[in-house]
Amino acid sequence: MKIFEFEAKQIASHYSLPVPTGYVASSPREAREAAQKIASPVVVKAQVLVAGRGKAGGIRTAGTPDDAEKVASALLGSKIKGETVTRVLVEERLDIARELYVGLVVDRAARCYTVLASEVGGVDIEETAQQAPEKIIKRPVQPGGAFEGFQARELAQILGYKGTQLVELGSFIMKLCSVAIAYDSELAESNPLAETRKGGFVPADLRMIVDDNSLFRHKPLVQETREVVHELTPLEVKAREKGLAYVELDGDIGIVGNGAGLVMATLDMIHDYGGRPANFCDVGGGATAERIAAALEIVLANPKVKVLFLNIMGGITRCDEVARGLLEVRERLGLKKPTVIRLVGTNEEEGRRILQDAGIPSLETMEDAASRAVATVKGES
Amino acid sequence: MAILVSSNTKAIVQGITGSQGVFHTKLMLEYGTKIVGGTSPGKGGAQVEGVPVFDTVGEAVSRTGANSSIIFVPAPFARDAALEAISYGLSPVVLITEGIPVRDSIEIMASAKTRGCVIVGPNTPGIITPSECKLGIMPSHVFKKGEVGLASRSGTLTYEIASSLTRAGLGQSTCLGLGGDPITGLSFVDILEMFRNDAQTKSVALVGEIGGNAEELAAQYLRESNYPKPVAAYVAGRAAPPGKRMGHAGAIIMGRSGTAESKIGALEGAGVKVALKPGEVAKLLAKK
Repeated sequence: MKIFEFEAKQIASHYSLPVPTGYVASSPREAREAAQKIASPVVVKAQVLVAGRGKAGGIRTAGTPDDAEKVASALLGSKIKGETVTRVLVEERLDIARELYVGLVVDRAARCYTVLASEVGGVDIEETAQQAPEKIIKRPVQPGGAFEGFQARELAQILGYKGTQLVELGSFIMKLCSVAIAYDSELAESNPLAETRKGGFVPADLRMIVDDNSLFRHKPLVQETREVVHELTPLEVKAREKGLAYVELDGDIGIVGNGAGLVMATLDMIHDYGGRPANFCDVGGGATAERIAAALEIVLANPKVKVLFLNIMGGITRCDEVARGLLEVRERLGLKKPTVIRLVGTNEEEGRRILQDAGIPSLETMEDAASRAVATVKGES
Repeated sequence: MAILVSSNTKAIVQGITGSQGVFHTKLMLEYGTKIVGGTSPGKGGAQVEGVPVFDTVGEAVSRTGANSSIIFVPAPFARDAALEAISYGLSPVVLITEGIPVRDSIEIMASAKTRGCVIVGPNTPGIITPSECKLGIMPSHVFKKGEVGLASRSGTLTYEIASSLTRAGLGQSTCLGLGGDPITGLSFVDILEMFRNDAQTKSVALVGEIGGNAEELAAQYLRESNYPKPVAAYVAGRAAPPGKRMGHAGAIIMGRSGTAESKIGALEGAGVKVALKPGEVAKLLAKK
């Protein structure tokens, strides 16, 4: 779950990290008041979850409270990379001497958290990683432990600092890592981390993505379901409530299958045969008839779907349950859209018989079914 | 021979009294797996499918002589259960549970490493050595004893590909799911190393998917180690959009990394035959 910059900064300040003075505003008037309180030039930053908002015009400066109000009024309600701005963060404008990068990521291959630091901040870290990998320093975090003070000070030293600045930057990095790990971040980064002209270190930006699987222990964070509002389509929200893995795409073949890998393989095959998947939908293992019905209902609710493709390789999922789920949907909604079904695995004879009795044909191989689905949609359109 | 599990495996089921635990204990016993005990804190003394239930792993191990474990405990408690199994040196520990936080998985894997335990999973269908031992939730009828080693990041695709291998007359030595999470106990490289040293395994099938760089690392290992057995692969997710989690927590293209193209390119560069459809893996291995 991505969290907003202002929230990440609030959390950071609870961990006694220095953050710029700033206030959240959801109206131009609030933005003006914020700028008045700050009483110096400000930056007005759109609070959106997409990356790259700076380049998209989501960060603007304002010299006076009047300006802040104007800028906020332009930003609020506008769209940054498709995401509507409902709040801005009005912050003191930092006097930046140098822009650094500090982040914590999950290193899948090494099976640990890794701290990344770079003297090149304010730009896309992936670009730096490709073009100048030597400019990124990596240090592992001991599993179950913390990123230690000495490790953080060593990073500060490699970045070229000494004396008080080395201690301050070291302390910043150490605390940032503690908060990131305490909040189960799969990514926490300050980019840029500003070295001010006075010599201090303040995160100009702070981004955190919290591991979805850890949300059961971060209840307060979940109470505002911000991601639901901003990142997901209405059908994706509905699917999530039902515990289904559903991702909306832009094609016209609605897809339901059991198992993430199988559904991905189904999308690939549809693509290879010249079709366009409308979605990814995984009912998971051991789905009951009701679950199958719920998934079909969500997929069919997408008006772009012209053909439904149900691909089941029954393991712990039983083909008879799948067949019953399909009939349930047909009874409830009428199954007006052409449907292609591939049904094999556990209890396949019974599943097929149920479908046959209801006059619904089914196929045995994924290849046959995928090409049938594509041919059907092409005949339709 | 095969790898990790065999007729010598004596396993306990952690979380044996839950619905999944009960259901799969029955199926594993039916397959012939030696399930010698189970645990469920507070329910010691009970029985599930004739298997004795204990309060702690320590008690279960000392009473039954178990040497491995399969875990069905819900995600918030899975870390504790895995650490308990590891503390008694059980290996492998098959972690079926889906939804374990990455931080917990990191701690589990570090602890397993210090004790020399192998963790299969998390978020895995488990592991099966056909005709000998099934520690998992896979449908056993699609597997048949033979000479192909199969390692996969996906459950259903494991069944899909195993069943096409079986239909083509290619049995399997051992099949296992590495797990769909970002952090798993075993990597493709670990498994390739095990299959390399296993006399029963004559060829290997790898089933990858988008996210991370496990396939790229496998390719590098195959190239550098002059791998002696034929390897075929399938990689799911060529049509997946970046930045979206495709069902598995680990199946996500982050920025520019973790794409199917990168994985397929790396594997082909290492001499691996990569199938474009799951069903083609069997054909690639049959040709030799």
